[in-house]
Parts: sequence; structure tokens; C-alpha cells
Amino acid sequence: MSLLSVDELAVTFTAKGRKDFQAVSGVSFSVDQGEVIGLVGESGCGKSVTSLALMGLLPSKGVRVGGRAEFDGTDLFGLRKSQLRDMRGTQLAMIFQDPLSSLNPVVPIGVQVTEILSRHRGLRGEKARKEAAHLLERVGIPDPTRRLKEYPHQLSGGMRQRALIAMAVACAPRLLIADEPTTALDVTIQAQILELLRELVDQEGTALLMITHDLGVVAGLCDRVNVLYAGKAVEVAERRELFASPMHPYAHGLLGSIPRLDSPRGQPLNPIRGSINDQIAWADGCAFAPRCDHYVMECLTGTPQLTEPAAAGHGVRCVNPVRDSSDLDVPHLEAPVMDTTGSEATTRHPGGEA
Amino acid sequence: MSLLELSDVKVHFPVRKGILFDRVVGHVQAVDGISLSVEAGQTYGLVGESGCGKTTLGRAILRLVDITDGEVVFDGTDLAQLPEEEMRRSRRRLQMVFQDPLGSLNPRQNIESILAEGMDAHGIGDTREERRERILKVLDRVGLPDHALGRYPHEFSGGQRQRIGIARALVLEPDVIICDEPVSALDVSIQAQVINLLEELQEQLGLTYVVIAHDLAVVRHISDVIGVMYLGSLVEEAPSDDLYASPRHPYTKALMSAVPVPDPEVEDTRERILLTGDLPSPSNPPAGCRFHTRCPWRQPTRCDTERPGLTDIGGGHKVACHFVNEIASGELAPTSALAPDMLGDSESPVDDPGGDSAGDSGEGEDAASGPASGAPGSGGKAAGTNA
Amino acid sequence: MSTESNEPREPREPDTTPADGAAAPETDAPEPGTTGSPAASTAPTASTAGDPPATGAERTDSPLTKARMSKGDKIDRLAQLTARRETSSGDSLWVAAFRRLRSSKMAIIGAVIIGVFVVLAIIGPWIAPYSPTAQSWRGEVFSNRGIFVGPRAENWLGLDNLGRDELSRLLVGARQTLLVGIVATLIGFVVGALIGGVSGAALALGGRVGQRIDAVVMRFIDMMLALPSLLLAVSIAAVMGQSLTTVMIAVGVVQIPIFARLLRGSMLAQANADYVLAARSLGVKRRRIVLAHVLPNSLGPVIVQTTLVLATAIIEAAALSFLGLGNLDAAQPEWGVMLAQSQRFFDQAPMLAVYPALGIIITALGFTLLGEAMREALDPKLRS
Repeated sequence: MSLLSVDELAVTFTAKGRKDFQAVSGVSFSVDQGEVIGLVGESGCGKSVTSLALMGLLPSKGVRVGGRAEFDGTDLFGLRKSQLRDMRGTQLAMIFQDPLSSLNPVVPIGVQVTEILSRHRGLRGEKARKEAAHLLERVGIPDPTRRLKEYPHQLSGGMRQRALIAMAVACAPRLLIADEPTTALDVTIQAQILELLRELVDQEGTALLMITHDLGVVAGLCDRVNVLYAGKAVEVAERRELFASPMHPYAHGLLGSIPRLDSPRGQPLNPIRGSINDQIAWADGCAFAPRCDHYVMECLTGTPQLTEPAAAGHGVRCVNPVRDSSDLDVPHLEAPVMDTTGSEATTRHPGGEA
Repeated sequence: MSLLELSDVKVHFPVRKGILFDRVVGHVQAVDGISLSVEAGQTYGLVGESGCGKTTLGRAILRLVDITDGEVVFDGTDLAQLPEEEMRRSRRRLQMVFQDPLGSLNPRQNIESILAEGMDAHGIGDTREERRERILKVLDRVGLPDHALGRYPHEFSGGQRQRIGIARALVLEPDVIICDEPVSALDVSIQAQVINLLEELQEQLGLTYVVIAHDLAVVRHISDVIGVMYLGSLVEEAPSDDLYASPRHPYTKALMSAVPVPDPEVEDTRERILLTGDLPSPSNPPAGCRFHTRCPWRQPTRCDTERPGLTDIGGGHKVACHFVNEIASGELAPTSALAPDMLGDSESPVDDPGGDSAGDSGEGEDAASGPASGAPGSGGKAAGTNA
Repeated sequence: MSTESNEPREPREPDTTPADGAAAPETDAPEPGTTGSPAASTAPTASTAGDPPATGAERTDSPLTKARMSKGDKIDRLAQLTARRETSSGDSLWVAAFRRLRSSKMAIIGAVIIGVFVVLAIIGPWIAPYSPTAQSWRGEVFSNRGIFVGPRAENWLGLDNLGRDELSRLLVGARQTLLVGIVATLIGFVVGALIGGVSGAALALGGRVGQRIDAVVMRFIDMMLALPSLLLAVSIAAVMGQSLTTVMIAVGVVQIPIFARLLRGSMLAQANADYVLAARSLGVKRRRIVLAHVLPNSLGPVIVQTTLVLATAIIEAAALSFLGLGNLDAAQPEWGVMLAQSQRFFDQAPMLAVYPALGIIITALGFTLLGEAMREALDPKLRS
């Protein structure tokens, strides 16, 4: 029994006078104690919406959440608001991308931390202050008693993110959801924060749901990875398996398009053509097909399902997956010339010329 | 003679207080004595973390910020000394591509008007048709359709907007393009498209690039020579491959080890040097070597008193470190006991109790301990191998 | 679409339909994705997956060859699926804002109110049933004895205290009221925008000298702001004497610092925008940067303010008239003056105050609604 299991999560935004927009459809995964699950994808893939849906932080108006999310046997979507509030902080906690706007600018750090301690753990006064100082120390903030009196703007970006993590782990939550926790930080600071998260998982057995666009971060931290595209998981695999043999053309293409620090120089990158705007509705076929070098007729007729063609636990939502890297040496199929409004230039696709 | 040569360029921003009669209460030393040269047809990559002054340096080359001191010699002329109007005219040959593709395009101008503006300012093209023809040629070069002309920036996607930004620079047929974080605002799959475009254009047009970025992998991919900046000065400069193969400055080593590589095998086995603390404030930089407050190889002598200059160690590889040879030979090793020691020591020289400058640059001022310092049993790992 | 490509898809059909249809059956379905149980659906790919890579590569050829054969079909199909709803092309922000404005209920109501008001102001004197100044029913009204004439067949809104037709006075008065609002707002807008524009341009792009100019101008504006607006208007009126012009100028002057501050602040924000930096790096001259980039992008909030000020100007002009500083010329009825004059008889004839008051309130509401709608339409954050 896993700690959190999400089954066919679907989030639809409904606004009056506009067509419904399905931000997430068909995302399923489970997280165990001490496990790090990655949700990776580019902007607009629905990864942040997924995390907000799990935390119950989506607005109740204009949003329809479908599917199931069970946390330790309780249905998260069936909870009343007050029950959910109690769970947030004690059982589930979240770390956001922008540490500055996630902290109240006019309240000292110490007050913000002790507030959580008093709300969820009933600690007051000196006891709460001591525990707060201990928490800051735990996440690697030096001189915690002085820091408690400081305001968020007096801390650096890395320190703020540590403070946020301290607040998130204040009640020893069993699941931590980190939404792009290092995107706003410099690489050397990012390395520190990732190290801290790794420690939390290793030592406390916290389960971590890591949401990021950075495949490098995923490679170093996550046990299992869900690659999302246009609101659906297109590939699910153990991390080594994913990076060694990505099967979905999107995942394959992403890995090929990133300049790597350790790759030989002088070769042009292999970009995926088009942009996220070039997509077809999942109901009509594979949303990635317009950008795919690999698409066949079946890709354009009906929603592809997440299947397990290879090793157990490696799922891919594709009818014509990449089987080995030589696959992509096959002469590329011409893409149709589309109206390029709102899309990347499709008249040229460097990937084909490479 | 290189095409672009900077010598001892300084950009200090005065910090002012007062309403009618302002007085200068200090300086933010955004760029503090940088010398470098860029050869024609080459790509010079400037890499560093936020607040290191790389963006300011890029703007200083175009004199979009006032240069406090030093020379920016472009094709034999010192731009720093040019009168305003002449500088404006010489900007035709030095162009810039910005980080935020949407923000750097006027939302109320259509693409034709955006691209025609530079030609207008420099008197290129006599008739509207002549300009339009030139614009269409450039649009084709950057991979945008002709019917983009009458559209507005908000009607394009991020990658296309960046292509417009590149086209705007190209239409003036510049010699040098300064690319300030050209891809960092774009999605991963789009980044590669723009990087490839920049490389193609360089090949076809013989452009010279100064690429400013925080992403070492991007900079390494695109650059011939890389300069690593830390707190307003260069700490290391080397040919791209050389820098990757043998980074010499402790900061470069740390930076490189911190860049995540999308490969679990590499991630699991590589040596990781975790730097402790944050960037000190550029308005109150540490004395001596600016990196000494965070350096895992810091020595008790020289480092905190004497500022090392950028010296050539052979093959165009320049390093600003007193102990570069000792570190390379393994004579000096980062001691595991260093981390807790540093905590105590590094706090004092950079500690800025008022904290008033912290808000200016958005950077923290204090050095701090490593993430492991509070955790029992792993304190020793902070500066060591992380297998 | 060939039958061949359709065939392997058949068994998948039951899985896809619930995903497309209602949400309820979808959740109850036995997770086809994660378990991979429907063997049939995975058939086309699963057969090759188990094989060693060598043969796998061989087999991958088959779907690809098939793909080449049906390439034309495929491209047609993809083009058909990606065909976009015709996006409005080449719309400037102004046009887009106007389209948003058109679809806003608030804007429509506001515009209708303003429209009716403007039409009345223009044609009022012609459609007024009687002369607004002729005291035709002088003998029927005795204000000192509390005898008033209410609505009746020949005078729809009754008579005022001097026996004049109230409806005619209201209709003719609309023009004066509109005139006061527009002229006062124009004075505030033109002078304020000029001061604010110069100040903002100087500060944004004028270097140290510009900073000094801005500092001096802004301190002057601050001084204007420091005076209570009504007091300022009263003093102006006191100096210039009692007339409609006085009211216009007084109300207009009060708006000057508001417009100046607003435009300056807006320009300052725009001057720091990246596209201004980009224009500088292109070598565009300063004057053009201010005129072509900074100014047009700063105007949004100022335009919104204009409509809101129109509303307050009408109210403030009425207030000044009410205080007895407005035009007392009986030949020129004006809603504010009418309101002021009716106060003495409020006990006996409250409707004489209610009519002009309602007129002022509804008109002000119209401008406010339109202003608010414009604020929303012009807000770049709400751009869709």
C-alpha cells in the first residue's frame, strides 16, 4: 500500500463564455515512504496544477477535479475543507518556486514558523521559539535565533527557500510536494537545496513529490519519473531506465535537445520542432504528434493509452515508441506546413537537417 | 588586435539617499575591473550566478549603463569616451538580444514597426519598400513567415518572440551581438531551437557573440572562450573545452560540479563540491580574494588580504587564484574540517548587520553554513565527494 | 483513413471512450494505463517490445513503411486536426482592448448611459417642451406658502419654485453639466499630462539634469496635492468670481496633480521596461523613445482616469454650484445649480432636488462603469 496513490487525475478549468480547458487528464502515480517521484515537463504540461489539486489549493469555483487521490487510505478529494486544512502541514506539505512571495513580507521568519507550530502542534511561547530555532538549524540556517527575528527580505534566496522548507517540515509531514523548488535559485544554491531535500528523504523517510522542468535535477534526485505532456503522463519509468532508454519521442527528444555539460562540443543540438502550441486534442490522437518525427496514422486516430511495452514499470503512451536510438536515424517524415500563428516556425525544422 | 577589447572596466552604481540634495552613501560594485578580449567571429561566453555583474557588463559594452572607469575598445575606438550621439550611432554595429522575449518587445508595435525602428534610427533604407524587403529577408533567416509582419508580439509563442528579438538585432547587420541570457526564459525544447539558430547565423554571417548566461551547459555548448565571473570580476577564463576538462579556480570547480547533468549514471558518481553560503553583497565585497568567504581551499594567508589577478597559466587559460598550482597538483586539498571552520570565520568579514544593502541587489549578504552543518553524521561531506 | 490502420485500434475503442466522455465511468474503470491489463490494446507494440533489440529494429520498419505509404493521408489528417480556429491576426493592443470592452456588460451599460446623456445634452434645447426660463406658471406656485405643482399632464415633472417647467430645465441643463465635466476634465488632463509627461520624460531619460527638473516639478505638484481639493476650488472661485467658467477651471485645476502624478509614475515604470532598453540598444534617439515607446504604453491608466474624473468633475461642479459658486444665470440651467436652488424647498418639494441629483448620480455612474470596464480591458495582466 503506497502512501499516496493518484489515479487518473483530471483537472478541468471551466470559465463562463469560454471553452473548458482540460489542464490535466489521466495522470496516475503513487508515492511510497522514503521515495522520490518526479513529475517533469515543460510549461503548460499540467505539473503544477497536479500539485495544487493534490494539496486542495485550486479555487473551488471554475475548476472541476476528477479521478482519485488516496493518501494513506483517505480520499483527498472527498475531504471537507477543514479536514484538508488539518492534513496540510501535518501530513502533506508544499514548497513553492518563489520563496519570497511565499513568505509574508511584513512578519518575521520566527513568527511565521512558530505560527505553524502552534497551529498544528500546539506549541506556545518559549517552547515554540526553541523548536523553531531547532528547525532552522535543521535545514542549515546558521545562527537560527538571530534569523528568527529577521524579515524575509533580509534573507538571501537560498536562505528563504531553507526557511520555507523548515516551515514545510515543521510538523514532520509524511509527504512533501516540491514545486520547482530550485528554479529561482542559482546552481550552487540549487545544489545545496537538493542535498537538503535528499537528506530529508533519506533520514526521515519523507516521501517527496518533485515537480520540475529540469531533467538534470530529476536525474540526480528522483527514483521514478513521470514525464508529462499536455496534461497527460506520456512516459513513466524508473530514473535509470528512463534516461538510458527513453521510449516516448517527446522524452527522447527532450534528452537530445539539452546541451549537456559533459557532451562533446561542436555538434548542433537536436531540437524538438514546434512548440507546445502545436498540439491536437488528446481525443483526436496524440497531442505530441504535430511535433513528432515518429508519428504514424494511428497517432491521429484516438487517444493513445499508457502501456508497458518494455521492462515492467516502464510505461509509455505512444503507438510508435522509440525502441533504440538508431530509430531516429531513419529519414524524418515531413511535417505538414501549418499556420505558424502561435507556433514555432515549422517551415524549417533544424532537427531534420541535423 | 581583437574586435572587442575591454580593459579594467568598472561599473559602480552609486547608492543615493536624500530627496532634493542627494548624497552618495556607497557604491554597488557591479563590475569591478574586468579585462577581456573577443576575437572577430568568435563566441565569448560569460557565465556566473545572479548578481555577479555579467548582465551589467554586457550593458556596459553598449554603454546602456554608465562606465565608471576603464576602456571598451571596439574596432579601434574607445566606446567609453565617445560622445553620446556618436555612441548612439555606433550601436548599429553592436547589438543586443535580451532575456525576456516578451518584455523586450514593445507590445504596441507590430513586427514590421519593431524591425524598422533600428533602420529608421540609423538611416538605413530609403523607401518603405526597401526596408520591408530587408525585413522580410531577415525574417526568413530567423525562420519566421512573411505574414508575421503585421502581427503583434503577444500573438507569438516564446520561441518566436526570441526569434523576433534576434531579427531586430540582425536587421542592422551588426558585427557583434551581445546575447543576455538568450534562452533562459524559454522551455527546454525551444532552447535548442534558438541555440541552433544562433549558431547557424554565426556561421552564415560571421557574427561575433558575447553570450551571457547562468547555464554553464548552454555557455559551454555555444562558446569558444568562456569567462567565469564572480562578484564583479573574472575568476577564470579559458577556451571552452579546456575549461571543462580542467577547471582550475575553486569557484569554477564548484560551479561545474553543481550543474545537474541529465544522466543518472553521471549524477550518482560525480564528485560534488558543495559551496557553503551565499554570494556576498557587491556593495560591500570581501577584502582580498572575493571568493575566499566560500572557498573550500581557502588558506590562512594571502586569500583574505591580497586580491589575486588574472594570470595566464598557459594556453590562454587564465586563473585568478593565489594557490592555483598547489590545488592542481593536489598539494592542497579541501579539508573536510573546513566546513565548520568556515562557518565561524566567514561570518565576520562579510557580515553586514544593518542588512540595508541586501535589498538593493536582491542578493543576500551573509555567508552561511553548508546544508549539512546541522545534520549529524554528514557534516564532513559538505566539501567532499558525494558518491 | 485505411482499414489497415484502423484495425489494430478497434479493441482500444472501449478504453478511449470513457476518457472522452463523462468523468464518472472513467474513475471507476480499472486503470488501463498503469496495469496494462488490456492485452489487446497493447498488441501492436507489445509484440515487438519483448524481443531483443536486433529483431526489434527490424520490425520497427514495418510501421514506418506503412507510414510512408500513407504519408499523404497522414499529413492531411494532421493538418485537419491542427487546423486552428482562425486567430484574429494583426490585432494591436488597442483593438484587442476594444474588443474586450465590447463584450463587457459593465462597459455596455456605462456606454448606454453616457450615450443617452450626450444625446440629451445635444438635442435637449430642441426637445424641451417649454422654455426653461419662462416662468409661465408663475401664478400657480407659491414657494413661500409651500404650494408646489407636481407632475401633471402638461408638465411631466411638475414646476419649480418659480413656475418653470422642470423637465425642460433638466433637458437643457444636461448640456451645461456635460460641458462642465468635459472642460474641467480636459483642463486637468491636458495640463496634468503635460506636467507629468515632461517630468517623467526628464527623470526617465534625462540623466542628472532630468532628475533635478523632475524633483522641482514634483515638489510643486505635491504642494498642490497638499491643499484640500474643495478648498482649492473655492479659493479659485473666490478669486475669479462667480461663473460657470470659474467652476470649470476650479474643478479642472484640482485634477491637475492627479493626472501629473499618474502619468509620471506610469512613464517611470515603462521607462524601466526591457523594450525601452532594447530601443536604446538599437540606437533609437531619446525623443523617439519617449514619444513612441514610453508615452503610448503609459497612457492606459491615464485614459481610465479620464473617464473616472469626468464623473467626479460633474459631481464636484455640482458641489461648487451647490455652495453658491456656480453660475446663477437663470438662462443657463445646470443640474448642480438646480440642486442648490431646490434645497430651500426640500421639505415641501423633495422631488425638485431628487431629479437633478438622480441625473448627476446616473451620469457619474455611467462614466464610472465605463472607466472600470476600460481599466479591466486595458490591464495587460488580463490579456488572454
